[in-house]
Amino acid sequence: MAERGSSRRKSNIANFMDYTLLFIVIFLLGFGLVMVYSTSSYSANLQFDGDSAWYFRKQLGATAVGLVAMMVVANIPYHFWERFAMLGYIVSVVLILLIIPFGTESHGAKRWLNIAGISVQPAEIAKLGMILFLASMICSMGKGIRQRKGFLTVLAVPMPIALMLWRITSNLSSAIIVMGIAVLMLFVACPDYKRFVILGLVTIAAAAIIVFIIVKMAESGADDLGGFRGARILAWLNPEAYASGKGFQTLQGLYAIGSGGILGKGLGNSKQKLGFIPEAQNDMIFSIICEELGLFGAIAVILMFIMLIWRFMIIANNAPDLFGALLVVGALGHIAIQVILNIAVVTNTIPNTGISLPFISYGGTSVLFLLIEIGLVLSVAKGIRLKDL
Amino acid sequence: MKEADHSHKTFHRNKTVTVLFLCLAVFMVLIGRLVYLMVFQSEYYMEKAKELHERERSIKAARGRIIDANGEILADNRTVCTISVIHNQIEDAEQVIAVLSKELGLSEDYVRKRVEKYSAIEKIKSNVDKSVGDTIRSYELAGVKVDEDYKRYYPYDSLASKVLGFTGGDNQGIIGLEVIYEEYLQGEAGMILTVTDAKGVEVPEAGEERIEPVNGKDLYISLDMNIQSYATQLAMQTMETKQAESVSIIVMNPQNGEIKAMVNVPEFDLNNPYTLPEDLEEADLDAEKKQELLNAMWRNGCINDTYEPGSTFKTVTAAAALEEGVVTVDDTFSCPGYVMVEDRKIRCHKVAGHGAENFVQATMNSCNPVFVTVGLRLGVDNYYKYFKQFGLLDKTGIDLPGEAGTIMHKKENIGLVELATISFGQSFQITPIQLAVTVSSFVNGGRRVTPHFGVRVADTDGSNSQSFAYQVRENVVSAETSETMKYLLEQVVESGGGQKAYIEGYRIGGKTATSQTLPRGSGKYIASFIGFAPADNPEILALCIINHPQGVYYGGQIAAPVVKQLFENILPYLDNMDYNNRSDSSGSHF
Repeated sequence: MAERGSSRRKSNIANFMDYTLLFIVIFLLGFGLVMVYSTSSYSANLQFDGDSAWYFRKQLGATAVGLVAMMVVANIPYHFWERFAMLGYIVSVVLILLIIPFGTESHGAKRWLNIAGISVQPAEIAKLGMILFLASMICSMGKGIRQRKGFLTVLAVPMPIALMLWRITSNLSSAIIVMGIAVLMLFVACPDYKRFVILGLVTIAAAAIIVFIIVKMAESGADDLGGFRGARILAWLNPEAYASGKGFQTLQGLYAIGSGGILGKGLGNSKQKLGFIPEAQNDMIFSIICEELGLFGAIAVILMFIMLIWRFMIIANNAPDLFGALLVVGALGHIAIQVILNIAVVTNTIPNTGISLPFISYGGTSVLFLLIEIGLVLSVAKGIRLKDL
Repeated sequence: MKEADHSHKTFHRNKTVTVLFLCLAVFMVLIGRLVYLMVFQSEYYMEKAKELHERERSIKAARGRIIDANGEILADNRTVCTISVIHNQIEDAEQVIAVLSKELGLSEDYVRKRVEKYSAIEKIKSNVDKSVGDTIRSYELAGVKVDEDYKRYYPYDSLASKVLGFTGGDNQGIIGLEVIYEEYLQGEAGMILTVTDAKGVEVPEAGEERIEPVNGKDLYISLDMNIQSYATQLAMQTMETKQAESVSIIVMNPQNGEIKAMVNVPEFDLNNPYTLPEDLEEADLDAEKKQELLNAMWRNGCINDTYEPGSTFKTVTAAAALEEGVVTVDDTFSCPGYVMVEDRKIRCHKVAGHGAENFVQATMNSCNPVFVTVGLRLGVDNYYKYFKQFGLLDKTGIDLPGEAGTIMHKKENIGLVELATISFGQSFQITPIQLAVTVSSFVNGGRRVTPHFGVRVADTDGSNSQSFAYQVRENVVSAETSETMKYLLEQVVESGGGQKAYIEGYRIGGKTATSQTLPRGSGKYIASFIGFAPADNPEILALCIINHPQGVYYGGQIAAPVVKQLFENILPYLDNMDYNNRSDSSGSHF
């Protein structure tokens, strides 16, 4: 039905192409490539026998593939994907489960699948799959979403995926993102505020209690400290006391950020990327941006992301139907949560958890799936009648 | 579905806007956090990061040299190497351990512990000979650094060892002038700062920051290498022929306190200060005992030890009595061979007595009863007053560490018997340098000078010279008393107990002493002689002390000839001195 409407408009009105969004994304990608080269060239030079552009080239390739995918998706009416919603959910589950026997390990965590020579992170597929699945499900629920049952169902659907991501791939941050996307989509779909305020307060209280318990345990000298995460929380509270262990990366990041000052050391002049921050091109790339480009550079990057989110909001609010709007809200949630968590981790505002900075951090799967999401958003944008704007 | 799509658009929109504002709020918090880190905490993290990125290697400053009155270098620096390892740069740890333990003669465990320690830079050994350092460098081992620096070197080995002192592993002064002038000699170490990556590899384009070391200042001292060597020879000779325990000689300028020589044989080798004399080295010593022996070996008897001065101290009694006017040179006395003080009979060294004699003759004879009489004439109060006025209760303030103070009765404990013994130099102790300085003040017109070695300091090229000023206290005795003292002491050498110090054609003054060491009756003596020349206007004063000589032990017999030989050789040498005014031909004494 919507598809028909869209094709009817197509004949009457010129396609709306959100060039502002496109420009912001291309700018972020270009800036990301520059920063990936800047942060990785020194270690790539040592690691790959003088090939300082190794990481840059791989990222450039993934970006190119991603851009093509984005244009393809942007030109496919987004309702086309609705029929794959269930399939996406199932594929996500299967891929995550496949990690158990076939996953490849890197940095002490099994998170990658090697498919035809290309390593893929099922977590990235799961995020996209979740956006699609929830958008489709919420639309089909209609007013049912306002009931407690509908509300809880939407919360329950991402739970298995989130739990699997956490337990199987030890990737707590992806689990949090999947849940965050779901909550955000639910928030937009529901007229209610009270439940969300309660949900937010409960989450904050739970986090506070966990931190409190871990600190108490540490004070009483317990050995276990709740394992891996417990130590991370202690390192978060006092990174200098854990400088050689869990606090190392955080502390090195803080050195980078702090030594950037207001104007930074200049592009390419970071010292912390010379191996002090392990794999500076990955999750900690924002700290190198701070070191090289200073507070101004850091704020400029944040402003670009705010503009991106603003464009998403405009598109969501002008989307021809709720399905399109929810797809855009899902993508918005994905990117916003990831940016916020990344910067919060790098600045040691929250405990350290591995999370990349969208469009900028090194990572092929991540950039590919992000661009597919942008393609979806652009496709929704195309459905907007210009007179609506 | 259509209904669901469109009937709730308004709240959907509102909610999406709410999401945007929520995001904005969180971003504002994060920007606030960034401002805090990058503006207010920036300096702290910048400093921390700098510490992390820069590797320091210190460059030792060359220690200032010690240079004698003739420009002869007594303490110099030699290039040595410091071997260190940089953990991150080591490629073949086993080879590094093997080579270093072999070349440096260190145990493998010791080297392994340092090589395997995770640190920016770890010192393996310092003060390694340059040749060994070059050998290690020739292996071209990754991660091994050979840095050149300086080590103290004393070209004359044991010459003036107890005066110059030596330095420790970090080139800091341990004893002697090296300690006292540490602040001038030591200089300031420099630094090489290199920026490194996390593996410790130096980042070439970052360059290195170099803080140049400031070399220590050269110390110019009044000690004269020639006089010191000759005095040392004489002292050695005397010690051997008299089989004495030790011999000390002080040669100084009584006019300004400059010390020309200070000998304490046996001396020790400054280039191997921790090696005991062979006969002791053999024994199996524990660390404490060895340190005790080393300390004894390093002791400078002229200033660190006190002794009973004996008859040389009669100069003090004479000067005090003359100053107080209780005696004149023409006063006559009678010596029956002893004197009664209260119920004590104090004997003269001449048992038969000197008979009738005036004060000049009594001084020449070193007659105990006369000096006891004169001392009693002064009384306790006066004697103590002069003792203090002459500076005998204070230290001399010589620029060497560990000067001993005077060991003297408390004033209220001095009875007549004590006063009598003090009058001829017994029952209390002073340092040799104290005696030399006190006698100097009697013969230089009454000025108490501060004995010293340090004359000035200057940069290596001789610039920025900075002279030291020393305190002089005037009118310790009157000029008149000083003239009388010079006359009296010249008579002692001319025809009294100090005749063995007489040199034909020179005017020499002096006083002998022979004192029995405590406990009395041990048969151990200290023979000494203090002499000066020219007697009418002394430019040089020498004190020779022979501890525990075998055989003849009289100061006049064994110590006076030492000073005579010394003067015979150094008086012509000190050609700036006008000592020939009684001599016809100036060249006849060479």
